[in-house]
Amino acid sequence: MTTAPRLTALDALHRSLGATMTDFAGWDMPLRYGSERDEHNAVRTKAGLFDLSHMGEITVTGPQAVDLLDYALVGNISTVGNGRARYTMICREDGGILDDLIVYRLGETEYMVVANASNAQVVLDALTERAAGFDAEVRDDRDAYALIAVQGPESPGILKSLTDADLDGLKYYAGLPGTVAGVPALIARTGYTGEDGFELFLKPEHAEGVWKALTEAGEGVGLIPCGLSCRDTLRLEAGMPLYGHELTTALTPFDAGLGRVVKFEKTTNEGRFVGREALEKAAERAETAPPRKLVGLIAEGRRVPRAGFQVVKDGEVIGEVTSGAPSPTLGKPIAMAYVDAAHAEPGTQGVGVDIRGTHEPYEVVALPFYKRQK
Amino acid sequence: MSNPNELRYTKEHEWLSAAEDGVATVGITEFAANALGDVVYAQLPEVGDTVTAGETCGELESTKSVSDLYSPVTGEVVEANQDVVDDPSLVNTAPFEGGWLFKVRVTGEPDDLLDADAYTAFSAGN
Repeated sequence: MTTAPRLTALDALHRSLGATMTDFAGWDMPLRYGSERDEHNAVRTKAGLFDLSHMGEITVTGPQAVDLLDYALVGNISTVGNGRARYTMICREDGGILDDLIVYRLGETEYMVVANASNAQVVLDALTERAAGFDAEVRDDRDAYALIAVQGPESPGILKSLTDADLDGLKYYAGLPGTVAGVPALIARTGYTGEDGFELFLKPEHAEGVWKALTEAGEGVGLIPCGLSCRDTLRLEAGMPLYGHELTTALTPFDAGLGRVVKFEKTTNEGRFVGREALEKAAERAETAPPRKLVGLIAEGRRVPRAGFQVVKDGEVIGEVTSGAPSPTLGKPIAMAYVDAAHAEPGTQGVGVDIRGTHEPYEVVALPFYKRQK
Repeated sequence: MSNPNELRYTKEHEWLSAAEDGVATVGITEFAANALGDVVYAQLPEVGDTVTAGETCGELESTKSVSDLYSPVTGEVVEANQDVVDDPSLVNTAPFEGGWLFKVRVTGEPDDLLDADAYTAFSAGN
């Protein structure tokens, strides 16, 4: 069965801008407008504009909204202040990662959970199921929001000219309601690029007007529209995991090197949450005998490692690439890979990636590859 | 996007110049370069290699994917474009000019090479 791809509220605009479109998790999304390298560099040095309307928004409200989230997710959501956001995960009973999420606290008893497009239904179903017995409502708000991100060092200046919201007072991983270009928006200082920037959740009917206003406001400082292709190289340089690559149901957060997002010391539900028992064991395993670790690899040559390629040393397979791309910032191919703990130390000699039969030399480094200057 | 009239084309989106003293130049079309995205690595055949029409003779790697390079004709490679090896983005910026890939002394060519009009129609249907 084939179904027509879903279109965002900005679809006509993307086509008028000459975007190369691609199917992404059932959505027709802009891959790039011109050169993906130019788009990448614009975000690192100036600003880029993204349509992320494919992300899945789920609203959780009610007197026990926070109890439900503490039970359903691995984070300690009770400690998220009003107007703040938290990176967290939702796991299965066996500890496998169902998705990584950002939870925004919008009010005393109102939260917005943002899931990856490819997992939005899975997360919605899991939250709905796990809500049984809680005085809380789980609402599918995927159609209620368009999502536009403006990312890069010029983004605060660009957004300031269009909003009265106190952007200087808005911290990283915080969000507040305000207006942008005269329409209501949830303004969040979040992103997935390694740069300062904002994500604007708005009504779909307002998306085109806000996109155009941002384009105009950013004209003099080098803002350009950016597609998903450069978003992937930006997040890879920043060492951020991508679901389906670094994160899967086959891994627990501890296996993915992200055990810090799991909080066992929860005050709600007497500390109970889905996956707790399995995750306690995974934490112990990661402490005593980690099987594999997530590392960065930097190529000495120019051939690009891709997801699924084997990492080798002395003729033995010691790991697997999860994401790889040429890094515009470093000027060399880079990759994230899970490698055997014995070879995961930065500087480990003699590591290669099997690229179509040739063992290309790679340097093992700590993540991230790129950190912005503050 | 216009495809130069003096060139001939394959359905694998290579172009081939008219042979001068038996040597023709090979590149990929602007259509192919656009479809690939930013080319970051080019593995070209080496001088002295024998290439065969319709068979792979190298690869072009872009941000997102790697594509085989096919030879439009049979013959011996007499030059590979070192400028492209050093700066693969030439394939994107000047696919019909500075971004050419290799020169080949032609000993045989298939009879299904397309002229510019036929190739334009073919690539428009892709």
